[in-house]
Formats: sequence, structure tokens, C-alpha cells
Amino acid sequence: MGIRFDAVTVAYDGNVVLDALDLTVAPGEVMALLGPSGSGKTTALRAVAGFVRPASGRVFLGDRDVTDLPPHRRGIGMVVQQYALFPHLRVEDNVAFGLKARKVPKAEIRTRVAEALEMTGMGAYARRHPRELSGGQQQRVAIARALAIRPGVLLLDEPLSALDAQLRSGMLAELARLHRELPDVSILYVTHDQMEALTLADRIAVMDKARLQACGTPRELYRAPANAFTASFVGNANLLPVTVGASGAALGTAELKIDTSGAAPGASATLCVRPHLVGLGDGPNRLTGTVTEIQWRGATHRLYVDVDGHRVMADLPELRTPPAHGESVTLHFASEDAVLLPAGVGDHG
Amino acid sequence: MASATLSTPAKAGIRAPAVPAWVWALPPVALLALVFLYPLALVVQQSFQPDTGGTSIRPYADVFASEAFREALWTTVWLALASTAGCLVLGFVLALVIAFVPFPGARAVSRFVDVFLSFPSFLITLALLFIYGTVGMANGLWTDVTGAAEGPFRFLTTPWGVLLAEITYFTPFVMRPLLAAFSQLDTAQLEAASSLGARAPRIVRQVILPEALPALASGGSLVLVLCLNEFGIVLFTGAKDVTTLPMLVYGKAILESDYPGACVVAVVNVLISVGLYGLYRVVSRRAGA
Ligand SMILES: Nc1ncnc2c1ncn2[C@@H]1O[C@H](COP(=O)(O)OP(=O)(O)OP(=O)(O)O)[C@@H](O)[C@H]1O
Ligand SMILES: [Mg+2]
Repeated sequence: MGIRFDAVTVAYDGNVVLDALDLTVAPGEVMALLGPSGSGKTTALRAVAGFVRPASGRVFLGDRDVTDLPPHRRGIGMVVQQYALFPHLRVEDNVAFGLKARKVPKAEIRTRVAEALEMTGMGAYARRHPRELSGGQQQRVAIARALAIRPGVLLLDEPLSALDAQLRSGMLAELARLHRELPDVSILYVTHDQMEALTLADRIAVMDKARLQACGTPRELYRAPANAFTASFVGNANLLPVTVGASGAALGTAELKIDTSGAAPGASATLCVRPHLVGLGDGPNRLTGTVTEIQWRGATHRLYVDVDGHRVMADLPELRTPPAHGESVTLHFASEDAVLLPAGVGDHG
Repeated sequence: MASATLSTPAKAGIRAPAVPAWVWALPPVALLALVFLYPLALVVQQSFQPDTGGTSIRPYADVFASEAFREALWTTVWLALASTAGCLVLGFVLALVIAFVPFPGARAVSRFVDVFLSFPSFLITLALLFIYGTVGMANGLWTDVTGAAEGPFRFLTTPWGVLLAEITYFTPFVMRPLLAAFSQLDTAQLEAASSLGARAPRIVRQVILPEALPALASGGSLVLVLCLNEFGIVLFTGAKDVTTLPMLVYGKAILESDYPGACVVAVVNVLISVGLYGLYRVVSRRAGA
């Protein structure tokens, strides 16, 4: 079942926290809502679940307009960061809760609870209370509980952020497996962690300041970000102010041969190059500057270079003889690795 | 090194020789003994000393044999149980509304509950008298409108009047711990329940009520004990034929000057209170509260 936001606006006390969101999640698709804290991700998710009422706009589940439907009639699975298990109920009764509320026959409840627990690898813990489980196990139970009602839509609000890094990557793989087993379930996955979004999502919706900034496949967002905010939030980016010329662009005195189709000569624009695509030494597009900082990161060296007052980052395979602090170096990048963004879209750097 | 010093402060030699812990317990225990245990002991002692002299269980035999005592015992117990049940139901419903139904002024109402707790119990009874008493507002309105000589509201001097007054007065004692418990409740649980398809009644029964049980138990047991010992409300309703144990103590001691008898009733009253409290502790510990 798909999800569709149609110009959904949410305001608290006249404060707009979600501004005319238009977004469609296709049936069976995993959509990540990615953005910094306070950007309105949770609000968007709660509008789907029915816990906030949009000031304007409609929310659709499949073809059904659910904007005016109370949460208990939407048939949505929801998992939140703090698990929200019922502490006085055993794991199996937690999972059975939604089935009982829906008056599913007793015999069927038993098989569906077992099935949901099996799917999340919690079959052995059915008789335990939530307080007798680890954080990761509790989150599995919460997922089993949400899946037991066989929802068409699964909403996940930072489900892994209470877990430690190691457990998180394990659970991420679990979620990917679950989605392969349930290919018809649409998933809306709220996170502020770009790794989670890049790993799990078919498409990513990038949010900032109550607005949708960009939406696309991870590859699209990474290779050709629509604006500076997206470029810097999805992966790292060097964002350099350039002036468009006749057959390239100029950064200060440096002439860069890049694709400028769509930009008028003489206009200002922002050049985006990923740090790992910047090389040391001479090449097609040259930038010369002084090294301001060198960080050794195991497999790579991160160089910060001051080019005409602009900071350029370069991630280089570990250098045998790294340049010294204050040394003058030349950097280069391939023309096809650079993306020209319209200037002034987003003021993040 | 630092941790070693910390764990053996006595060796540091800075402080004077430590005073044994039990010394600190002496003042409170002495105070407790003086103002509470000693009078209690006197009451118990008096209850074994009939007016005829000597020490015997005669006063107990006499009191237990009397019809008035047995009636007062029954009245006390059923009134206390019924009031407690009423307070629990009413308090739970009111606390639910205050905590979960968003309405303007919910905060003010919940503040008022705190203030209400500080009111003396007779004040409520007085208020009820003004409204439902023989010459109260309700009856006055009735006689004005119908021209009848007397109004129909005369339940205030019956046990039902006492029950109403006790429920009115003691309900906030149940609401207090309930509101505290509800404010601790994770709203994410309520939202999870409703997205799983549960309507409000099911959420109340299966999510809120189980979490509220310890608060209900503590509020309920407090109200039960307070009701067993309530004196002011029963006196102020002016219900002549409603005699509870505290009223009986008052009657025997002040009106009949039967001190041993009064002390016997008092001892029984104390034993019931302490017994019920002990029962509550056992039950609540079993429940893991
Ligand atoms: N109940 C509320 N009342 C008033 N303001 C709220 C309420 N809930 C959220 N907000 C505001 O709405 C904005 C968006 O909040 P939201 O929870 O959607 O952010 P988020 O993107 O999920 O952030 P995070 O990553 O920190 O969870 C925030 O500025 C927040 O202060
Ligand atoms: Mg959030």
C-alpha cells in the first residue's frame, strides 16, 4: 500500500513545522526521511499515523483519504525509538495486542504471534516480560508487534538510535531482510543518520526547516544533488562559489572546465565536488592552495586546503609522505565528477 | 589511591570517633514513644481495667456482647468499603479525564485537587448540608416551587448521606497518586496501542489500568483506613442512627463515661486499621508494586 502526502502542512500554535509536503511512497518502497533535528520528520510520520492533524492538505494510504480517520482505523504498523512496549504484558501478549483489538480468532492469533516472533528471531523469548530483554531484543519485539497486524504501511521513527553502533548495523541488515520477506509493505523510515538512509532506502527524502529539500534514489542524491543542503547532508561535499564562464567556470583565478549547460555565462553558481573524488597533484581541473590541516583516518588522509580563501577537502588514499602543514599543494578533479548547483539554494556550507 | 581513601573514611582520622548509627535513631524513637506509643499503651491498659477494679477481659466481653457495638462495627466496615469503592471508581474516571482529555484548565483542576486535600473534612459535610440539608438550597427550591411544607431531600442524615460525604471528601486522595502515575505514563505506549487498532476503552483497560494499579492500591488503602477512622463527617451530617466505631468511642467516653468500654472499641478500631494496612502491604508486595 502506498503513502501520499498532498500539500500537507502542520502547524503548532501558528508555527509551521511541516510546510506543504508533497511526497509519494510507492507500494513496497522503502522511503527514508532524512534531515537534521527539528526538520519535521517525526511530524510528517505522525501525520500518516493520525496523531497530528494537518492544518491543510490530505494524506492518502493507497487510494483512501485517511486525513480524517482516527489512528485506530488506519491499519498502520508503527515503531518508535523508545520501543513503547507494554511493560506488564509478556512478549507474546504484546505481539497479540493488535490482533485482539482487531478481534482476530484465538487460534489464528496464536499462529500469527508465533509467525511474527519467528520472523524477528524472538521466538525463544515469547514468555518473557519486556524488562527482561535487552534494548535490541525489545526493538525486535516492537517490530514483531507492528508486523503482526499485517499492515500495508510500516512507519519507523529512528528505530535504531537507542542501540549501540554494532547492534545498529546488525539490525539494519535485519530490517533489509524483513523487507525482502514482506515486499508489499511500504516503509517510511525516519532517521537523521545518512548511513541508515543510504543502506536501507530505495529513495531518500531530504528535509530541512519544515520543507522537503530533495527526493531521489541515494545514487541520484549523491551524484547529482539538487541543492547545496542536500549535497552537504547526503555525504560530504566541497561547495565552492564559482562564476560561470563561456566554456567552464572560474573559482577566483582558477579556470575549471566543467559542464555548465543550463547556467547563463556570468552567473554565480555553486560547484559541488565530493572529497574522495579530489586527487593530489596535477590534473585536468587544477586548484592550488596551502594545507591548513591533515588528518590521518587509517585507510585515508583527509587534507584541508585553503584555495583563495575557500576550504577544499580531499580524501586521499593513505599517503606515504603526506604534505606538511602550510605547504603549497595542487589538487585536481575530473570534469565529470563536478556538479554545478544554482547559487543561493540553501546557505549551508 | 583516591578510591582507597574514599572507601575507608574512618582511617582518614579527620573526623571524631564515629557515633554508632543507633544513637541517631534515639531522638525520633523517643518522640514517637512519648506522643504515640505511650498513649496507645494507656488505652490498651485501660481497656483491661473494668470500673469494678482489677484486671480482666470483662470490658471486652461486655462490649462484644452488646448489640450497639456489633451494629457499629458492621456500619463502619461497610461504609468504609463502599466509600473506598466509590472513591476508586470516581477518582479513576476523574483522573483519566483530567490527564488524558485535553481541555482548557485541566492543569488548574489538577492543582485544585491538591488544595482540596488540605480542606478539613467537616467543610465538605457543611457544604453538603447547605445544599441537601433539611433547610438547604435544594429543599428550599423545592418548597418555593411546589409550595409544599417540606422538601424531598432527607438522605443526608441516613448512611447514604455519610457515604456521599465520604466519597466527595476522599476522592481527591485517590486522584492524587493516580495523576502522578498518569503523568509518568509513556504516551508512546498509548499511541502504539491506538495504531494497533485499540479504541479508548481497550486502551484504558489494558494499558492505563495495569499501570495505575499500584497508585489505585495505595490511594485506596489510604482512603479505607481514613474512612474507618472518620469522625467529623459522621458527626456533621447529624445522622443520628449512623453509629460508627469512632462515634461509639466518643459516645462511650464522653456521654456515658464508660472509659474501659471506649478503650475496647478504640483498640478494635486500631486493630482493624493496622490489620487492613498490613494486608495491603502484603498484597501490594505480591503484586510487585
Ligand atoms: N507537540 C508539539 N508542540 C509544539 N511544537 C512541536 C510539537 N512537536 C514538535 N514540535 C516542533 O516541531 C518541529 C519539528 O519537530 P519534529 O519532531 O517533527 O522534528 P524531527 O525532524 O523529528 O527532529 P528529531 O530528529 O530531533 O526527532 C520542532 O521544531 C519541534 O519543536
Ligand atoms: Mg523525530
